[in-house]
Amino acid sequence: MSILIDESTRAIVQGITGGEGSFHARQMMEYGTQIVAGVTPGRGGKRFDDRVPIYDTVAEAVRDQRANASVIFVPAAFAADAILEAVDANLALVVCITEGIPIRDMLMVYEALHRSTTRLVGPNCPGIISPGRAKLGIMPGSIHKPGVVGVVSRSGTLTYEAVNQLTELGIGQSTGIGIGGDAIIGTSFTDALQLFERDPDTRAVVLIGEIGGTAEEEAAAFIRTQMHKPVVAFIAGRTAPVGRRMGHAGAIIDGGKGTAEEKIAALKAAGAVIAESPADIGQNVKSVLGL
Amino acid sequence: MKIHEYQAKELLRRHGMPVQRGKVASTPEEARAIAQDLQAQEVVLKAQVHAGGRGKAGGIRLVHTLEEAETTARQMLGMRLMTPQTGANGKIVRRLLVAEAAKIARELYVGIVLERANNRLVMMASTEGGVEIEKTAAVSPEKIIKEPIDRVLGLQPYQARRLAYALGFSGDRHREATAFLLNLYTAFMQNDCSLAEINPLVVTPEGGVLVLDAKINLDDHALFRHRDLAELRDFSEEDPLEVEASQHHLNYIKLDGSVGCMVNGAGLAMATMDIIKLAGAEPANFLDVGGGASAETVEKGFRIILADATVKAILVNIFGGIVRCDRIARGIIEASKSIRIAVPVVVRLAGTNSAEATSLLAESGLDLLVARDLREAAEKVVAALDRKK
Repeated sequence: MSILIDESTRAIVQGITGGEGSFHARQMMEYGTQIVAGVTPGRGGKRFDDRVPIYDTVAEAVRDQRANASVIFVPAAFAADAILEAVDANLALVVCITEGIPIRDMLMVYEALHRSTTRLVGPNCPGIISPGRAKLGIMPGSIHKPGVVGVVSRSGTLTYEAVNQLTELGIGQSTGIGIGGDAIIGTSFTDALQLFERDPDTRAVVLIGEIGGTAEEEAAAFIRTQMHKPVVAFIAGRTAPVGRRMGHAGAIIDGGKGTAEEKIAALKAAGAVIAESPADIGQNVKSVLGL
Repeated sequence: MKIHEYQAKELLRRHGMPVQRGKVASTPEEARAIAQDLQAQEVVLKAQVHAGGRGKAGGIRLVHTLEEAETTARQMLGMRLMTPQTGANGKIVRRLLVAEAAKIARELYVGIVLERANNRLVMMASTEGGVEIEKTAAVSPEKIIKEPIDRVLGLQPYQARRLAYALGFSGDRHREATAFLLNLYTAFMQNDCSLAEINPLVVTPEGGVLVLDAKINLDDHALFRHRDLAELRDFSEEDPLEVEASQHHLNYIKLDGSVGCMVNGAGLAMATMDIIKLAGAEPANFLDVGGGASAETVEKGFRIILADATVKAILVNIFGGIVRCDRIARGIIEASKSIRIAVPVVVRLAGTNSAEATSLLAESGLDLLVARDLREAAEKVVAALDRKK
């Protein structure tokens, strides 16, 4: 089993004719994902790679192809509008890969999500993968392996690092979710933990956090009070300087708040196993699973 | 993006907000001329650097005559200002804000920040102006009043009034304060700010309000719709290597250690810094070469890392996903032809095409230390560093 996506997911790609969008649409299809339509305003009626129908609007694509998910590769200046269009079309799941969406735009998006039933993952994230079933995102499928460990992370390549360690130890993953590196994101650590806690086939969860914000502390509160499955956590940025934005828009220690130490302490107190080194994530999971 | 106090005040002035009178000077003669134009009893000279805590460090000086304005400006311009926020190297003062000294009855704090836990903006106010809000939050949190701002409705007049009353404005005086707070919100939204702090907001003996100091950060990601604001970026306030890196779309932050690192992805870059520290050394930088890393970006990355003389060893850590490791390996080989790399380099390439990459590096004849995984990479780079000592 998996959460959020599997082989039955019918996804559209918003921005399918762009450089990133077309490359990853092909990769996702190669992985076995059902990409049932693409959306690029002005290209409606054409086909992508002679097979995937392209529509001008999300609403038409959803109506004709019975899509229930979208993955967005639209440039930052237009990405919030693309998310809002997907929300308007009542898609159950929207994954936004785009990096660099203005905060003001995301405040509006967050409000629209609040009023809808759509779940947004991202923005500024690698997406979601349910190994062996489907991927809506840009992560390399090859390093993943089906299994029982849920992975949730604010990062991209650091997640690949962790997943690779798991796979090399023979430990597969139920679903991997990149929640994104921005300050305002659609799905939080807590949301993802909740989904993994409910998923009968997930036996343990890897949480990869980083400096900035309080999402890890909120996750710790959830772990302490409502989570029964073991959580292995790594927090990046113990060596990060105060007041500097470390690549991700959300990765900044602001006014002395949001340090790795605070997050590690909160997670430890909640009973999570802390991977002291990023090289230990796989081994830590192995021991919590009793392997 | 940070902007200077004088730029922030100009932005607020354009929104009709009452701002301390003054202009920016970059020479002592200009400072004198501005002081003359101000026709003020007392004039204040304020160093324009991207750091707070200027007053105690000698970055804010009061003068009473035009001669004094010129001589004090001469002392201040070019000085290296060290405050708790500038770091150990301080910041060179290149400009001064020459302003009329205000008469102060009370000092207040007003700010707008993003409250990340609730995904909304919040307006904060305090009667404890002139001190850092973090200090007030730590010492007397009850003195900070917060009004959460509805994402769609925005700050409403009743909320601004509530804040105005809490700040001690009464009778008809609340009107001016309320209008001020509403204007601040409008200015914040229209200019895509990510932070705005008026500290202090001064209440004059006559009862009016006046912006005495202003700190505004702009949302980097929204600058595409504010060409005029993008031009406010002051490159001289930034580390020259960081500026150069940003021109090549590399995300570089200089640190104080001796192990340079080049990584793809921000999270992995931070984790690489952390593991260098765990292995017993200190990272010299954060460098994310991004998702589209190519031979060219790798070469630029090496140039920037090596321009920092404190770098004694380099760790390259690439996890190939979309980025193919063989391309990175070619980049390293190309870079080593055009740059003299006199420090040991440890390379760890994992993921897509890593096997080809490893054989490319082996056949290149380059003196590289290849590591299989993250732990080995960190241990090897620290061992190489120790050998050099």
